[in-house]
Amino acid sequence: MADNVNLSKRRLLTATTAGGVIAAAGAGAPFVLSLMPSERAKAAGAPIEVDVSTIKPGMMISAEWQGKPVWIVRRTKEMLDLLAKHDDKLVDPESSVQQQPNYCHNPYRSIKPEYLVVLGVCTHLGCSPTYRPEVAPADLGKDWPGGWFCPCHGSRFDLAARVYKGVPAPSNLIVPPHKYLSENTLLIGDDSKEAA
Amino acid sequence: MNRLKNLIGWIDARFPLISTFKAHASEYYAPKNFNFWYFFGGLALLVLIIQILSGIFLTMNYKPDALFAFASVEYIMRDVHWGWLLRYIHSTGASMFFVVIYLHMFRGLMYGSYRKPRELLWIIGMIIYLALMGEAFMGYLLPWGQMSFWGAQVIVNLFSSVPFIGSDLAVLIRGDYVVSDITLNRFFALHVIAIPLVLILIIGAHLVALHEVGSNNPDGIEIKKYKDTNGNPLDGIPFFPYMVVKDGVAAIAFLMIFCAIIFFAPDMGGYFLEYNNFVQANPMKTPEHIAPVWYFTPYYAILRAVPPIFGSQFPGVAAMGVATVIFFFLPWLDRGKVKSIRYRGPIYKTFLTLFVISFVGLGWLGLMPSTPTYTVISRILAVVYFAFFLLMPWYTRIDKCKPEPDRVTSK
Repeated sequence: MADNVNLSKRRLLTATTAGGVIAAAGAGAPFVLSLMPSERAKAAGAPIEVDVSTIKPGMMISAEWQGKPVWIVRRTKEMLDLLAKHDDKLVDPESSVQQQPNYCHNPYRSIKPEYLVVLGVCTHLGCSPTYRPEVAPADLGKDWPGGWFCPCHGSRFDLAARVYKGVPAPSNLIVPPHKYLSENTLLIGDDSKEAA
Repeated sequence: MNRLKNLIGWIDARFPLISTFKAHASEYYAPKNFNFWYFFGGLALLVLIIQILSGIFLTMNYKPDALFAFASVEYIMRDVHWGWLLRYIHSTGASMFFVVIYLHMFRGLMYGSYRKPRELLWIIGMIIYLALMGEAFMGYLLPWGQMSFWGAQVIVNLFSSVPFIGSDLAVLIRGDYVVSDITLNRFFALHVIAIPLVLILIIGAHLVALHEVGSNNPDGIEIKKYKDTNGNPLDGIPFFPYMVVKDGVAAIAFLMIFCAIIFFAPDMGGYFLEYNNFVQANPMKTPEHIAPVWYFTPYYAILRAVPPIFGSQFPGVAAMGVATVIFFFLPWLDRGKVKSIRYRGPIYKTFLTLFVISFVGLGWLGLMPSTPTYTVISRILAVVYFAFFLLMPWYTRIDKCKPEPDRVTSK
């Protein structure tokens, strides 16, 4: 039987089959690529401007950027003082994981200590945590110095959006690129020199 | 009468009508000792038909657009004639599909229906189960309520914890950087076209595989061992008309329960339709308490039970994935001498009972907010869940089985 094999025909069949598979993969590519974000979806990520003068001390506002909530918190002197007192309970108190631009790599994770700008998206599975600025509420325990609590899976963050140990979220909340255009005007989404 | 015979003859010369009917119905023999647990395969088929029919009519008024989706569902509920009925049939059908499938799978566990020669039948069934989970998950996004949105947000983010390719994978699934109109539109396409087509195809394969090997039965023995002079199993009866009549009774009882839910408790106290889903999706605000629909909660509880390791959420996601996929390996994990629980020893019975407790317990915990106590209980139950599968090769072997009967038993 083996002697009767027409090798040149078999080679031709192998080559055409291989060619066919490659062609099919090529034809499949446009379908897969159509699933990637469209040009319009990419363009929707334009930076936004926020006026921070309207925020009362201790209060938080949220703005929408790239379809996600961005929080701006005006922290009081007492809030800032409490920040250094629970480093031992945090996963990454020094913010050594790059979850913030370099200019926010400081104890307050912000440009101006008073204003914290952070993405309101839990680093666990993307829920939006709840702002709980009050100190020691009944449900969060007497050690609670104010921060965020994620209702989905119970992750906790302090008022510099740093994550506590022993909760599902693995890392601190992300500080988006931002800069001050003037004393009270914040630009979120772009921190380059040219941005205005 | 003669005309009808001629017509059938005309068709039969061109299409295998009579032989197909004989092979799959009038001369397909099913064990005569079927009990209550053997209703659920047929009922699953009934729910599939209900879902396809009600789904087709819902798409006629539904708009897969983030701006209009929520309003179009309310429009169906208030302004479309009988629209509320169509919608409640479809939403109740989704939950009842899982009720029926879980009972169908439990039947397999009790009577060893996954054992040789039915391994492929079981695997095809598991593929159906996974496809059904995808179908349900994508369908749940369509009303564009708060739970739709945040549920999808959490589940899609599960994929982003996969090492290396995760975040790109999540973007590919969403087609955007957040769950958005684009995501809604593609989930609609997958929910109404792609997955239903796949489902129908593999359910067909499930039936073909079943009719090749024949049904298992509560005694877990092969009825094909003893045949009469015509080659038909002595302990079998033809599917048509006998089993069809039996399944018809079950279908009527099932539809009575189904209708009672539709008319008296369509949201089932927040378990079939979550209250937060009557609020339109708001990407800026997560609801106070997020829980998936009840049929996903056992796996969700396992996800929450696993703590992050090396700052990665992936172990929890992997555990959740393994918890579903592990069912595929049952035919090879089980080393018991007998198939049916009737002849198994006390060890298997204990493990199966513990497994049911862990599955139901995890399901309940998945609905609850996470507290330290609940997390500890979830961890214990998750260990029990996996122990059922992973220790199976040992405990099924050492278990003291009773002798199987030669022929099926029935009262």
